[in-house]
Amino acid sequence: MNDLIIDGHRFVSRLFMGTGKFDSNDEMEKSIKSSGTELVTVAMKRIDLDDKDDDMLKHIQHPGVKLLPNTSGVRDAEEAIFAAQMSREAFGTNWLKLEIHPDPRYLLPDSVETLKATEQLVKMGFVVFPYCQADPVLCKRLEEAGAATVMPLGAPIGSNLGLRTKDFLRIIIEQSNVPVVVDAGIGAPSQAAEAMEMGADAVLVNTAIAIAENPVKTAEAFKLAVQAGRMAYEAGLASGDTSFHASASSPLTSFLDK
Amino acid sequence: MFSDYLSNISWDVTSSSIYSKTSKDVEHALRKRSLTVDDFMALVSPAAEPYLEEMAQLSRHYTLERFGKTISMFVPLYLTNSCSNSCVYCGFHVSNPMKRTILTEEETVNEYKAIKRLAPFENLLLVTGENPAKAGVPYIARALDLAKPYFSNLKIEVMPLKAEEYKELTNHGLNGVICFQETYNRANYNIYHPRGMKSNFEWRVNAFDRMGQAGVHSIGMGVLVGLEDWRTDMTMMAYHLRYLQKNYWKTKYSVNFPRMRVAENGGFQPNVIMTDRELAQLTFAFRIFDHDVDISYSTRESAEFRNAMATLGVTTMSAESKTDPGGYYTYPQSLEQFHVSDERTAVQVERDLKALGREPVWKDWDQALN
Repeated sequence: MNDLIIDGHRFVSRLFMGTGKFDSNDEMEKSIKSSGTELVTVAMKRIDLDDKDDDMLKHIQHPGVKLLPNTSGVRDAEEAIFAAQMSREAFGTNWLKLEIHPDPRYLLPDSVETLKATEQLVKMGFVVFPYCQADPVLCKRLEEAGAATVMPLGAPIGSNLGLRTKDFLRIIIEQSNVPVVVDAGIGAPSQAAEAMEMGADAVLVNTAIAIAENPVKTAEAFKLAVQAGRMAYEAGLASGDTSFHASASSPLTSFLDK
Repeated sequence: MFSDYLSNISWDVTSSSIYSKTSKDVEHALRKRSLTVDDFMALVSPAAEPYLEEMAQLSRHYTLERFGKTISMFVPLYLTNSCSNSCVYCGFHVSNPMKRTILTEEETVNEYKAIKRLAPFENLLLVTGENPAKAGVPYIARALDLAKPYFSNLKIEVMPLKAEEYKELTNHGLNGVICFQETYNRANYNIYHPRGMKSNFEWRVNAFDRMGQAGVHSIGMGVLVGLEDWRTDMTMMAYHLRYLQKNYWKTKYSVNFPRMRVAENGGFQPNVIMTDRELAQLTFAFRIFDHDVDISYSTRESAEFRNAMATLGVTTMSAESKTDPGGYYTYPQSLEQFHVSDERTAVQVERDLKALGREPVWKDWDQALN
């Protein structure tokens, strides 16, 4: 299968993982390993930035696993930019998952602030991964602003509802010149596979793994599903997605027989 | 720029790939809702010929879904037949000893008024040969200014311009640009376009990028059928369309496939003849490949064929076209660029379309939106 390249960094695994909601840092670490992921996002608010031996961070940092700090908790562009600068300082990376959700209940991304912050962060040299609505126009605007990827949601964060935005994701995938990572809402390996079959470049999964009875096994199941979905996509799967079936009742082309 | 992209696509490999498509590839493409250029190749290949009926049904389905039961109407106006190019297939080529006309402002306005007497045309296409000295950007800008009181949507089909020039014309009310690449066959392009500005393949093929950069609302593309293998040429245009859509996503695109006719009294003879059946196949293939692209038929096609295709995939038509400068106001005395097959009046075309259950749309834009 083709590797995924973001900002010159090559990924074999197309499964990105989040690190929230696990019952222990040990369990999280084992899940990261069994998922085969090479990119893990972590909320900078969860890390004690003054503590070089922060326990969570220790469990995340492994060779072959790149860290993607996220700005979860910020409510507008200004706060996001501040958080981004802190993050770059603390983690020594200019990669950033931009999450701006002013709404504490559903954690839905603020499109206006996300675009504004992306424009500025790119100018400041960040490699920006914006979490965003499955809005094709917004995704093009983010791409034009210089985002390294777009990360449209499949469903509200943590809902495990799957690809509720499927029809819009399809358009986003079709139009995008940057990798499309389906983020949020993926609740089962089959849904991850579906996103990959559609041509998504990667998926990001967190809750579905963290809250499973056996997160380590679930992480592996996601790994296999993402591989299977990608393989099917590259193999030119005929998705059977035309609902239309031609009927031969009244020939439309008989005028050509004359 | 598209020329870089195109240089990575081999004409010969593409061609042999098209001719080796099988019915399996065609069926695969017909089952998909979003198609790749590879799928398009299957649909224009000889392997798709037995699937023509199924393709017609799908094409009609998608056309109805996106365009409803409407046909957008436009009228072309030739401002000048003076041209410094030497396209071997064109009656206006530089070495043809003929009287050249460049319409004056008064003659241009007379044409506008004459067109408005034919039918409620609002979509106007201004056409010129390549004569930058006498019919360059300032001349075109003036023609656009003069057209505004009469028409609400203005397009041009002129020599490729610089991005700044497209932008400048936008300030004069320009909404769209049509430019035919004629052929994407880089190796043979200069056989047909030996001299003049048009002999520069890259300048022409990259014009579409410049239009996109200038923010032109609507871009029309075209391959002249009769020069090179049409299946391969159309596949190159499909690549070009996808490339443009990805890079200039705010623009609306249209495709044209003018067929060159066998000349009755000598002159350049087409290398390739496309049958009606093949043109239908191509039209269906484009619609199935891209549900939203505007597919335009000119009066080069016969009334019967245009009527039949009006419900199956075509979305834009011209009517009662005159292809000689001044042809609307005065009885045509100058030479036509090509002879029209469909000689119906615009009113007759409208009546026929209505009888087919289609609404001819004359106005779909307003100058106030510019």
